Amino acid sequence: MTRLMGDPIIRTEALVKSFGAVEALKGVDLEVEKGAVYGLLGPNGAGKTTAVRILTTLLQPTSGRAEVDGLDSVRDAEELRFRIGLAGQSAAVDENLTGLENLELVGRLYHLPKEEARRRSIEVLERFDLADAAGRAAKTYSGGMRRRLDLAASLVGRPDVLFLDEPTTGLDPRSRIDVWDFIRELQNEGTTLLLTTQYLEEADLLADKIGVMDVGTIIAEGTSDELKDRIGGEVLELHVEDRADVARVLETMQGIGAGEPTADHDERRVRIPVGNNGPAILLDSVRRLDEAHIRLIDIALHRPTLDDVFLSLTGRGAEHDADPDAAPAGRSKRRRDRRRKDDG
Amino acid sequence: MSATMERTTDRRAPSSTGARIQLALVDGIIVARRNLVTLTRVPTVFIFELVQPIMFVLLFRYIYANQFSQLPPGVKYVQFLMPGIFVQNALFGSTSTAIGFADDLKAGIIDRFRSLPMARSAVLAGRTTSDLTKNFLLLMIVILIGYLVGFRFQNGVLNAVGLIVLVLAVGFTFSWISACIGLALKKVEAVQAASFTWIFPVVFVSSAFVPVAGMAKFLQVVARNNPVTIWCNMARYLSNGVAGITDFQTGIPVDTFEGLAIKSVLWIAGLLIVFVPLAIRLYRKLT
Repeated sequence: MTRLMGDPIIRTEALVKSFGAVEALKGVDLEVEKGAVYGLLGPNGAGKTTAVRILTTLLQPTSGRAEVDGLDSVRDAEELRFRIGLAGQSAAVDENLTGLENLELVGRLYHLPKEEARRRSIEVLERFDLADAAGRAAKTYSGGMRRRLDLAASLVGRPDVLFLDEPTTGLDPRSRIDVWDFIRELQNEGTTLLLTTQYLEEADLLADKIGVMDVGTIIAEGTSDELKDRIGGEVLELHVEDRADVARVLETMQGIGAGEPTADHDERRVRIPVGNNGPAILLDSVRRLDEAHIRLIDIALHRPTLDDVFLSLTGRGAEHDADPDAAPAGRSKRRRDRRRKDDG
Repeated sequence: MSATMERTTDRRAPSSTGARIQLALVDGIIVARRNLVTLTRVPTVFIFELVQPIMFVLLFRYIYANQFSQLPPGVKYVQFLMPGIFVQNALFGSTSTAIGFADDLKAGIIDRFRSLPMARSAVLAGRTTSDLTKNFLLLMIVILIGYLVGFRFQNGVLNAVGLIVLVLAVGFTFSWISACIGLALKKVEAVQAASFTWIFPVVFVSSAFVPVAGMAKFLQVVARNNPVTIWCNMARYLSNGVAGITDFQTGIPVDTFEGLAIKSVLWIAGLLIVFVPLAIRLYRKLT
């Protein structure tokens, strides 16, 4: 593993968490360098939130340890809470209070003097474009504003380490881009970030390093490029009209690519890793498909997405693949159009 | 990679016990104030909490006006009823503690608090304190309603103040029991259902609304030993004097002032000793 920016500031060792008979974490080892953005990527139920809740002292591990800035999440919990901020699905704002009151409340509970809490709250509200809404009850805020207020609350204490638990889940595309911008800004200021996401595109865009999580373990780790290299170069993706043709495509394309083709019968798509030989294989496959009289909706070469990584690591797509929101950029036009429609 | 925002938070947990207690108090007050502000922002909750005691006062006052021959001699039903209503109201009012916790858990606010470097006891103490304040307001209004339907304090100002302190102490105690219910059940609907299933029998199988002597024999045993009966009798002594607790047959008081006071305090202390640590434990064990 390459070292990115210095010493690890977040560290877990053999972290295990059981809820009764269910093992949510099955031994997670994690290291995040100071100043880095680490993306914990995985479908619902992978254990991302559990890991965040242990690191932010909301949960105690069943075994193993979790540390932030050298402080143990159980033994030094109180000290640890001074260094961290938490936002996202795990923590929220009081919707009966105004935006300003919410932030002042958080500031006061960080033991800031009254004036300092107010000064910082106003500063953070301005930064998150909420100054105009500062005097309004949070329940009148839109979903995007609420999420921004939530993020703002996590910054009042000026934490060294920020945990963002699915910071963009449920946001419209415009608000999502806003949140991404804030995350980049924070990163530039030297804040270490651990963010969880189900969106492959999000991890790809923001994270210096990505841990792919599935059923309680990290199944792969690396930069976005490293993960993509694992499945070897480009991917040829075919989309057929008839569901029954998926099996025929697999048969026809036998041995054509650099790796095993994978098929998604419901989506009527076949993906074939093609290494660096994309164009030749594309031509060859068009010839073969024509001879076999298989009708295509679409055929395209693309750089592998994290979707492909997940598929090759687990043998199935990220659970969220069915959600058009999760579709990574660079798919067929038809797919993008559908996504826009669904978001609208 | 330089930070544009200077990091000036005092980033140390307090080390001395004195400083810790001071911070816990300050945090508790901050949380209590937040709860009270919330109450003023959603006044319908408070208004609905008021509807119930008004209904009870009017229903019992006028429906049962002349139904009981077992009342203390010379004491009108309204004088008997209102101290019971005050105590009953303290118990009913305490359910808002459980609902407050369930609401905050659902909204993720408890998680927010738990991720902050604040005193952990402050969330519990803040909630029970804000509910104490709310119960005080409620009690003042219910006393006013009592005066409108003919109730009067007949045992001096000092004893009237004593009654208010007693009722608030009972409400505060049941707030901690209610906190345990809220933290254990976590869901608003479950909390509401659970709270009233135990509060109704506890309140009704007592002398809160009717004289114990008129109940079925086996219930009388339960009712006489119910702490609610003890608190109601204490409240009657404080509002009506010794006449308020005189037995209708023998003509002698059912207890002495000292006896009632000691039993009242012991019940309150005993319940607090059990339920305060339990609530703290449940809060710590939240997942």
